Amino acid sequence: MSAPAELQIRSTQRIGDRIFSRATVFAGATILVILASVAVFLVAESLPALVADPSELPGTQTSFWSYAAPLAFGTVWAAILALLIAVPLSIGVALFISHYAPRKLAQSLGYVVDLLAAVPSVVYGLWGIGVLAPALQPVYSVMVNAMGFIPLFAGPVSGTGRTILTVAVVLAVMILPIITALCREIFLQTPKLHEEAALAMGATRWEVIKLAVLPFGRPGIISASMLGLGRALGETMAVAMVLSPSAIISFALLQSTNPTTIAANIALNFPEAHGIGVNALIASGLVLFVVTLVVNMIARLIINRRKAFSGAN
Amino acid sequence: MRIGSTLVIGALAVTALTSCAADQMAQASQSSSSEPQSLASLDGTLNGAGASSQGSAQESWIAAFQTAHQDVTINYDPTGSGAGRKSFAAGGTAFAGSDSALSDTELAGGFASCAPDSQAIDLPVYIAPIAVIFNLQGVTELNLDAATIASIFTGEITQWNDPAVVSLNPGQALPALPITAVHRSDDSGTTKNFAEYLYANAPTQWTAEPSDAFPFKAGEGAQSTSGVVDTVKNGVGTIGYADASKAGSLSVAKIKVGDEFVAYSAEAAAAIVDASPMAEGREPGDIAINLDRSSTAAGVYPIVLVSYLIACQVYADPAQAALVKNYLSYVASPEGQAQAAEFAGSAPISAALQAQVQEAIDSIR
Repeated sequence: MSAPAELQIRSTQRIGDRIFSRATVFAGATILVILASVAVFLVAESLPALVADPSELPGTQTSFWSYAAPLAFGTVWAAILALLIAVPLSIGVALFISHYAPRKLAQSLGYVVDLLAAVPSVVYGLWGIGVLAPALQPVYSVMVNAMGFIPLFAGPVSGTGRTILTVAVVLAVMILPIITALCREIFLQTPKLHEEAALAMGATRWEVIKLAVLPFGRPGIISASMLGLGRALGETMAVAMVLSPSAIISFALLQSTNPTTIAANIALNFPEAHGIGVNALIASGLVLFVVTLVVNMIARLIINRRKAFSGAN
Repeated sequence: MRIGSTLVIGALAVTALTSCAADQMAQASQSSSSEPQSLASLDGTLNGAGASSQGSAQESWIAAFQTAHQDVTINYDPTGSGAGRKSFAAGGTAFAGSDSALSDTELAGGFASCAPDSQAIDLPVYIAPIAVIFNLQGVTELNLDAATIASIFTGEITQWNDPAVVSLNPGQALPALPITAVHRSDDSGTTKNFAEYLYANAPTQWTAEPSDAFPFKAGEGAQSTSGVVDTVKNGVGTIGYADASKAGSLSVAKIKVGDEFVAYSAEAAAAIVDASPMAEGREPGDIAINLDRSSTAAGVYPIVLVSYLIACQVYADPAQAALVKNYLSYVASPEGQAQAAEFAGSAPISAALQAQVQEAIDSIR
């Protein structure tokens, strides 16, 4: 065989190849088109509210930003609180399933956690109002009495328990399954050699997890948390039902007046909105869009920076 | 076309259709001379949109009306008062439901469904009393006045045994318990009407212009009427305001009117409408009421929500006019009002107002 003949070898293009590659291009383009059209819709519908006289906006506002700022704050605040509760819990559950539980128990526990993800948010909302809030209210009273000097737990305590902390607990339960499922898969992928090497050096099981599993899984944990954060930022129904909202910026966790989230605010006020009020709500939706984008970009940044130390490569 | 025979057909059709009064027949045959086909048989589709407050009343009216008229389809989309008035003005719907009458600017703007140069009219057909509900262990009767209610909801009064509350309830043992005032977290005509009452009677305590949104950063917010009722029911030392028909087993406060404390009732709610003057400078058929929230007349209950149906005086499409006329006549009739009272818990309009509304409906062409 001569060299030129070898160079001329090309992969044969079958009809299936062409159809498949077109299909993937189409799928990729579709998602961009959808995203772009959502962005265009948001911007176009927001403009009237952004340029409108502040007096036409809902409530008494000095500018659009004074309208949107408490909402944006509430959105991020509720989501961060939910993450603070959900991430440690999820890592614990995932480690239990992947490294501690007997195989049979691990499997059924995995199913149960996945089941949590299938519960519709309106059910979580009902549970939040009907069970969680009344159950937490006495606890909140005690917390305010005992720790009221800390600004986070300052009084007066809510009489119904429908505070942002209750919302954060509900949100945490809602994002728990997705974070747990991802962490579990990642922990299971820890190279066996790493774990065995640690054991060979005399490490206990906790030390194995500390030395091998967690460092390997760190970028995965962050990605999982960011997926959970995305859901917490956008969650509408449960927040709208459970929270007692106000247009304020406040870090207090146990009071009746809580900052509300953008999505819940839209859901509550869209049905009766008219005129510039509709545009204001859509503009707050644009703010949520931007917030989500920024959060995702930060997450990407963290993952990329951590990649080098993870041991995954 | 021979006018005589169409007159006969028109008159026959009207008698066959609804329980029309004799004077209305004369009216109907008059209009049938201008649009002969429309009354021959009642069929077609009628679209309306607007206030969600009358949503369940509309559902029951539509169900009853469509049972009586099998070929008629009526749709009512409870999109909210503002959206309802807007789509009516733009010609998207044949009638609108609204918690407030048309403003002068809206009247000046013209209406696409109506014949050129004709105006739209407001018809008050839905009166819903708003109850001040509370949940306080051991207390089932509570007297409140506007200033006290306003102070409670703005967060000025925080304890049940506040001197202001105690002085209104002599002999009543009120506990030293914090008050949790529950308001609507979604925009609502209920909030607006509640605020209008307080703004008219206690402007020093209630300083915000009435609007659909709760204006103060105080108290507890809950979604929709059922959310407020549930929150009041499940809380401790709670007070809230809600459509009286949804109050259920909760205790309801009596409101100070003049020197008396009045409990809400359908008659008392209808009475405040009769005791209030009409808006001035309107078309003859336009029954816009300036609710006199600070009325001290005996037996009136001032915290009510009055919702209007808005229709054209003269429709561009005679078929629509016939449908609207028949439907609105049913809605305003004692049967229609009783239907809404049963299914939506509204207060039927008084006989005097009913006659006035019917007269206005008869003038629709």
